[in-house]
Amino acid sequence: MSNAIHNFIENKVKPSFDEGGKLEKFYPAYDALETFLFVPGHTAKRGAHIRDAVDMKRTMIIVVLALIPALLFGIWNTGHQYFLATGEGAAFMDKIIHGAIKVLPIVVVSYASGLLVEFIFAIIKKHQVNEGFLVSGMLIPLCLPVEIPLWMVAAATIFAVIIGKEVFGGTGMNILNVALTARAFLFFAYPTWMSGDKVWISEGTAQASNYADGSTGATLLAQSTEKSSGFVDAAGAAYGDTFMSAFMGFIPGSIGETSTLAILIGAAILLITGIGSWKIMLSGVIGAYTMGLIFNAFAVNPFMEVPAHYHLVMGGFAFGIVFMATDPVSAAQTSTGKYVYGFLIGLLGIMIRVFNPAYPEGIMLAILFMNVMAPLIDHYVIQANINRRQKRTVAVAA
Amino acid sequence: MSDVLKIKRGTNIKLQGEAEKILTDAPQAETYAIKPTDFVGIKPKVVVKEGDEVKAGTVLMYDKNHEEVKFTSPVSGEVVEVKRGEKRKLLEIIVLADQEIKYEDFGAADPSSLGRDEIIKKLCNAGLWPLIKQRPYDVIANPQDKPKSIFITAYDSAPLAPDNDFIFHGQGELFQKGLDAVAKLTEGKVHLSVDGSAGVDEAFTKAKGVELHRVSGPHPAGNVGVHIHHFDPVGAGQTVWTLKAQDVLSIGRLFESGKFDASRIIAICGPQINDPKYYKTILGTTTKKLFQDLANHDQQNRYISGNVLTGEKIHEDGYLGFYDYQLTVIPEGGEPRMFGWITPNPQKFSVHRSLVSWLQPSKKYSLNAEMNGEERPFVVTEEYEQVFPFDVYPVQLIKAIMVEDIELMEALGIYEVAPEDFALCEVVCTSKIPSQTIVRDGLEMLRKEMS
Repeated sequence: MSNAIHNFIENKVKPSFDEGGKLEKFYPAYDALETFLFVPGHTAKRGAHIRDAVDMKRTMIIVVLALIPALLFGIWNTGHQYFLATGEGAAFMDKIIHGAIKVLPIVVVSYASGLLVEFIFAIIKKHQVNEGFLVSGMLIPLCLPVEIPLWMVAAATIFAVIIGKEVFGGTGMNILNVALTARAFLFFAYPTWMSGDKVWISEGTAQASNYADGSTGATLLAQSTEKSSGFVDAAGAAYGDTFMSAFMGFIPGSIGETSTLAILIGAAILLITGIGSWKIMLSGVIGAYTMGLIFNAFAVNPFMEVPAHYHLVMGGFAFGIVFMATDPVSAAQTSTGKYVYGFLIGLLGIMIRVFNPAYPEGIMLAILFMNVMAPLIDHYVIQANINRRQKRTVAVAA
Repeated sequence: MSDVLKIKRGTNIKLQGEAEKILTDAPQAETYAIKPTDFVGIKPKVVVKEGDEVKAGTVLMYDKNHEEVKFTSPVSGEVVEVKRGEKRKLLEIIVLADQEIKYEDFGAADPSSLGRDEIIKKLCNAGLWPLIKQRPYDVIANPQDKPKSIFITAYDSAPLAPDNDFIFHGQGELFQKGLDAVAKLTEGKVHLSVDGSAGVDEAFTKAKGVELHRVSGPHPAGNVGVHIHHFDPVGAGQTVWTLKAQDVLSIGRLFESGKFDASRIIAICGPQINDPKYYKTILGTTTKKLFQDLANHDQQNRYISGNVLTGEKIHEDGYLGFYDYQLTVIPEGGEPRMFGWITPNPQKFSVHRSLVSWLQPSKKYSLNAEMNGEERPFVVTEEYEQVFPFDVYPVQLIKAIMVEDIELMEALGIYEVAPEDFALCEVVCTSKIPSQTIVRDGLEMLRKEMS
């Protein structure tokens, strides 16, 4: 079966894309699809004669798998929040269906527009299509509010892939996390679609909203500017246990960010496979919690009074620290550097969140800022290594 | 007794076909060859023609950069071919062997009664000098240098590597003779590293005039670069020389008998070898008969002179390399695998936990030469570090070489490493970066810059 398919591709399809074939220019596109179907059988031409079975496709796909729990929960929660706001009771499947109708188009648009840009660049620059966007394409929808217009998703994705990645040379060369570049683009270009009370619950921005009286689309972070307890849900009713509700994810927010539990399942996948850095995740949590405690100790407003552990489950912190901060390309690359990098993301993220409620998503800005600072951290770590080694050989020689 | 250096970062790739500890005489081979391609950075000048009669120890070629460094015939017979490739690149000098080997006489001598220069001269004339390599650059040592120390490694931790405790049993005297000669070459110490996880043969424990180090841990624990890094690191402007233990035996035999006796014991091993074991043979032997008799021909094979990490791909009728004590045969492979990037592939080795390999730590694999993916830019971090037991940042060093920043390469520690130290990095790399080639290019760049 698989042999027959391979022979068909090799004999019938490939010739058109080979040198001299009529579709020669589109070879990178062909190559991307062929290598998606079949891991090429080519053998080592130089260097070691045996190679590890891992490759970039597997690594990236596992990150996408780790995002699936957050995506599925996001789909359900989109329906759940909608029916809370409208006051209608709804069955589990109704929520899933409503959520799927709202969420899946965003995912499709993100992948379609991003991959289109990737393929065009691969064809123009005659290089292979890299797998990096498989992850970015899933991260982008999950960090956006459900009410975001689809054309904005496309615009942001295209902007992020071109300006955030391709101008630097493609996957592996970018300074900033691509998905966060897309989010930041929307955040500053269309702030009304990225914040406020209306965008987090589906149909919240519709002219004739069918929401029930007393309902609110305000996120926990938005509510925190006024109070540090007594938070209410989309129906306007007080949460039984705010921390647990936020941990489980029964709150309004960006599609994939609300459920810390679903994110932790993803984190477990990344940690077991060793793809996500535990150093960054751990130091990030410590950094955020430390900042939360400092605020609690010197609290002068309601936001500073919000219990430190709430910060770990509210807003985009968990999603950002697990999936965005650990992006190996834009993070610090040295072992020591990762601790510093993660800790500062946690610290700065909570600081921005609390000090400047106009930017409730402090985590996004903290990660982007630390993306820029990561090479500097690594520079000092490596310089210390260089100095240490120089001293050592001098000492031995003496 | 000496302490044990425990290496933590590294990995043992367990392959099928480990050589059983039985020593057999290899059938006499028809032809033997010296391959100039085994020697990095030399400018070979051939001094024999096809049809010339040579003895074991007769000079076949020398290095134009260092004319005293000579390469001699391992057997006596007739030079049948001086094989050249593209751009007249010299590939092989092939000698058709006599039934009985005749030797050039270099004169037996007691090394402890000779001076340093006399020893160097003797080694050079007999063609044994090229066995001595140097750090930095991992090339043949320059006889004019004065190394600060010499490292002899008796521990080969590479996959399916020969066990020196087996090979050296009863060779203590000869080994000591070789050591006495080597010790004269430096004013510093002679370091001898052995496998610290197993019982060490008397030939090593009773060796005199050396500092014995026991090293244990996964590969590359046996790499001489690791030992140098931990016991006597090389800084800018410093040189150490390195030898494998069996090379010292060859040197010992020269002083014992006055002959260039190039016999050596090799392991013929790998998943595609039936009945793998040890063979006594001679440097440069053709592998034709060996592989025809011993290899399993049920599929296309990859024949390797050396181990699977650093060895050289040869033809079935190729020749054993100058520095190799092992012939490995693995399946070539080459079948595309449908959706192979997501299947768990229990038959493939990986250090990464995104495959199931880590759940079967004692499994022995029959790995083929497939790349298992395509080359990509660096993405995954702290991947090389887990198999690279140096206080050096490997990826940063590779990047410095890629951008040809010589000062940065020096600062990041290129003097301490050789391509073989990056072999495992190359194996585990998600992005399939050819790091051994890159490191070699970097070292050559630096060597040219400095000369």
